[in-house]
Amino acid sequence: MFPRPIQQTSTGTQWLYTIALPIALIIWLFPLLGVALTSLRPASDLAQGNYFGMPSGIAWENYVFIFTETPIGQYMVNSLWVTIPTVIGAVGLSLMTGFALAVYKFRSNILVFFMFVAGNFVPFQILMVPVRDMTLQLGMYDTWYGLALFHVAFQTGFCTLFMRNFIKALPFELIEAARVEGVSEWRIFWYIVLPLMRPAIAALSVLVFTFIWNDFFWATVLTQGVDSQPITAGLSSLNGQWIAQWHLVSAGSILAALPPVAMFFLMQKHFIAGLTLGAVK
Amino acid sequence: MAQAIDMTAATPVQRSARRWNQRTLAPWLFLAPGLFMFTVYVLWPIIQSITLSFYDWNGLYNQDGDFTGTFVGMGNYAELMTDPAFETSLWNNLKWLVLYMAALPIGLFIAIFLNQTVRGIRLYKSLFFFPFVISQVVVGLIFAWFYAPNFGLFYLLTEAVTGKGTAILAEPDLVTYGIILAGLWPQIAYVMILYLTGLNNVAPDQIEAARLDGAKGWRMLWYVVLPQLRPATFIAVIVTVIGALRSFDLVSIMTSGGPFGESRVLSYYMYEMALGEFGFRMGYGAAIAVVLFAIMMIFISGFIWKMWRDETER
Repeated sequence: MFPRPIQQTSTGTQWLYTIALPIALIIWLFPLLGVALTSLRPASDLAQGNYFGMPSGIAWENYVFIFTETPIGQYMVNSLWVTIPTVIGAVGLSLMTGFALAVYKFRSNILVFFMFVAGNFVPFQILMVPVRDMTLQLGMYDTWYGLALFHVAFQTGFCTLFMRNFIKALPFELIEAARVEGVSEWRIFWYIVLPLMRPAIAALSVLVFTFIWNDFFWATVLTQGVDSQPITAGLSSLNGQWIAQWHLVSAGSILAALPPVAMFFLMQKHFIAGLTLGAVK
Repeated sequence: MAQAIDMTAATPVQRSARRWNQRTLAPWLFLAPGLFMFTVYVLWPIIQSITLSFYDWNGLYNQDGDFTGTFVGMGNYAELMTDPAFETSLWNNLKWLVLYMAALPIGLFIAIFLNQTVRGIRLYKSLFFFPFVISQVVVGLIFAWFYAPNFGLFYLLTEAVTGKGTAILAEPDLVTYGIILAGLWPQIAYVMILYLTGLNNVAPDQIEAARLDGAKGWRMLWYVVLPQLRPATFIAVIVTVIGALRSFDLVSIMTSGGPFGESRVLSYYMYEMALGEFGFRMGYGAAIAVVLFAIMMIFISGFIWKMWRDETER
């Protein structure tokens, strides 16, 4: 193990480590902690310049205010409308593409695979004008499905890479044996491979959920109004209205951050498995 | 079951022919929906954008639904050459690329710091990873608060040290560094998690053997541990480069490219040109996107080349 386990060092070092851990964490998360505290600070404190001293009270009313006086609830619902269909679509499509690229040997296999991988890395701006134009032409501009369809297509690149590598690591004998038995290819996919894909599906679902929930660029390009804008774009426009009302900006930020954070804590193992794909041989 | 009986009834030749057909067709049927979506929304738009970069177009169609752009050849690219805002954006992208690489050593350092088995360490690792999970919009707002003039912590800190507070987001010469620092926060978290996974898989016997040979500290890290972390380092470089070149969200949230356009990067400048308040210059925007795409292609090719090598080695 590297570095040397702390248990093998002197008592002094062990003490130092025990103290250093929480201090390092507080420094690391300082900006976030500050914003979380500000979100619960009464507006009057900020007006009097009391930014870091003892708050005069805990102001849950900041949260009540943004829920009742701004469309933030609607924005969050919109985010779900974009995020959940995208997760289902991208995971579904990539299960099939991943299966095709992992199981069959055909001439353009590697070419198709690399195309998915490369497409996943292109800058969004090279897609922006044509995708926006197409979405407008199809009458899907400023709708949840117009945004979700694009996300499904784009995320399929990353998901295919993941699924293909996951299926490649399954024992191929399973598929061979089924073929000898005369099981059709679709049934092999549905009854043999799919049940083994649960960990991959879980990992990709949490990752795609987080990516899409946090997306800002496409939300700005493909949606406009309160009826369809997701929380990221909504928060940005609210920020424009709340100039320097930091208690409101903070409360909004914390709300927007909550769903992915909850997702991460609930599905931590899968999340990290998905993100560190390829980090070990 | 009926199918199995049907299969055995066929002669071996027919059967193998059918199997062959099924196995040739099957991959394309499985690929069709995904490939269709990817072609329509990713591959085709790339070609369209490249074509569009040779046109002057305001994004509109005439009454008959015809494209109203005019062909200008290399005109947009020629204009880019003399556009000071483009030059600023390009320089800023370079700053992002170079400074973002700091995420690697810092991420590795934190990973080493946290790679212990003490009580509660799992929670510590998760909490250190936190910044990566939250949206860049939120990260941008958090840092805007951190940098805020007069009461922001950063402002107070600079005031305490130099006697004069610095509102970094309002300083044309410093603004980009301020945004990069905000971007590094989640990026370091990502690199850290990659290295933590990597460290978990470092061969313990090699470490022990090296330890017996008297290796420790930096020498151990450099000669024994880092070579084993190469896959993690490779992924970390890739995601950091992509993160640096995709720096749209933070710029948009924190400064909208200001002050005086000094914090623009290519991704943001492109958006400004094509959809911003200065009018809909789609062709010019596309030309900027093509430049960004070309820069990214250098790294994508490297990545694909390495994957190709790994695939053919197997």
